[in-house]
Amino acid sequence: MAKIVVVTSGKGGVGKTTTSAAFSAGLAKAGHKTVVVDFDVGLRNLDLIMGCERRVVYDFVNVINGEANLNQALIKDKRVEGLAILPASQTRDKDALTQDGVERVLNELSEDYDYIVCDSPAGIERGAHLAMYYADAALIVSNPEVSSVRDSDRVLGLLSSKTRRAENGDAPVEEHLLLTRYAASRVGKGEMLSVEDVCEILAIDLLGVIPESTSVLNASNAGVPVILEEKTDAGQAYVDAVARFLGEEREHRFLTEKKGFLGRLFGG
Amino acid sequence: MSFLNYFRSQKKRSAAVAKERLQIIVARERSHRGGPDYLPMLQEELLQVIRKYVKVEDDAVKMQLDRAGDCEVLELNITLPEDSEQEARRG
Repeated sequence: MAKIVVVTSGKGGVGKTTTSAAFSAGLAKAGHKTVVVDFDVGLRNLDLIMGCERRVVYDFVNVINGEANLNQALIKDKRVEGLAILPASQTRDKDALTQDGVERVLNELSEDYDYIVCDSPAGIERGAHLAMYYADAALIVSNPEVSSVRDSDRVLGLLSSKTRRAENGDAPVEEHLLLTRYAASRVGKGEMLSVEDVCEILAIDLLGVIPESTSVLNASNAGVPVILEEKTDAGQAYVDAVARFLGEEREHRFLTEKKGFLGRLFGG
Repeated sequence: MSFLNYFRSQKKRSAAVAKERLQIIVARERSHRGGPDYLPMLQEELLQVIRKYVKVEDDAVKMQLDRAGDCEVLELNITLPEDSEQEARRG
């Protein structure tokens, strides 16, 4: 039985797909069979971030409609053993996802995989709703910025009311905060919400802080999940977050700015 | 800490403003959460009705939905301005 993890945020552009790619690669590297599913039907991008865009033949909607079976649609990652991608359809719209269809596909994946990571589209419409509906755990991706934090809180409300677990009265969906694009230097100057501020407002478990980093764009340019770039700060921050998710205790890094002598003298 | 901080500390930092604004809006949105969809509209219409008779502020009508056993209890709290009675008599 697989654990279903939704990567969600409400707001767009905060790093859901980057996180889905990094997190699923991290789980697979840690030895857990993992499949990452793109729920952003009509605007698929996970394939591009994972670097397998030219290998897409069939997609999620084809499987739901019975036009292909799962094995035809799943793309096995060439770098990480035990990692597969189920791409979204690019030509259909979000109504092509049906609740029954999604449940059937997740049940089938559940037989073969330990983790199913669902990359949610932005917004709170059908695609986002279905991505979170069957979740056991949720990664709330948020930037230290007012609109993103507010949307995250809205999504937390939906997780506690509009999911299968909520409707069945089961144990609630586990909620984990992943704060991305964190610029410690700007926090130091009082120009950006700090990790403590965001945690105080959202009041959920902090899984990790991913620093604002050039390595994220470099990795997406190359189609490599940033977690595989082990020398980069963002890559290491994702490694830590995955380890914490798997129950390990690790101290949070990248929360303060690295400063040289002049920086310490003149910086804020 | 650097000596430049001394000159910078005058103005309120934008992050502090952001936090304050977020705390207020998030608290307000949470209080509406879980209730039926018509609550915000009901609140707005009640405000319109009250305004036919008394001049009140935008936040004069406060609603709280609670659960007591099998019942849902809608608590309404309407704040009238202090001199409203005299005004009403005159009007």
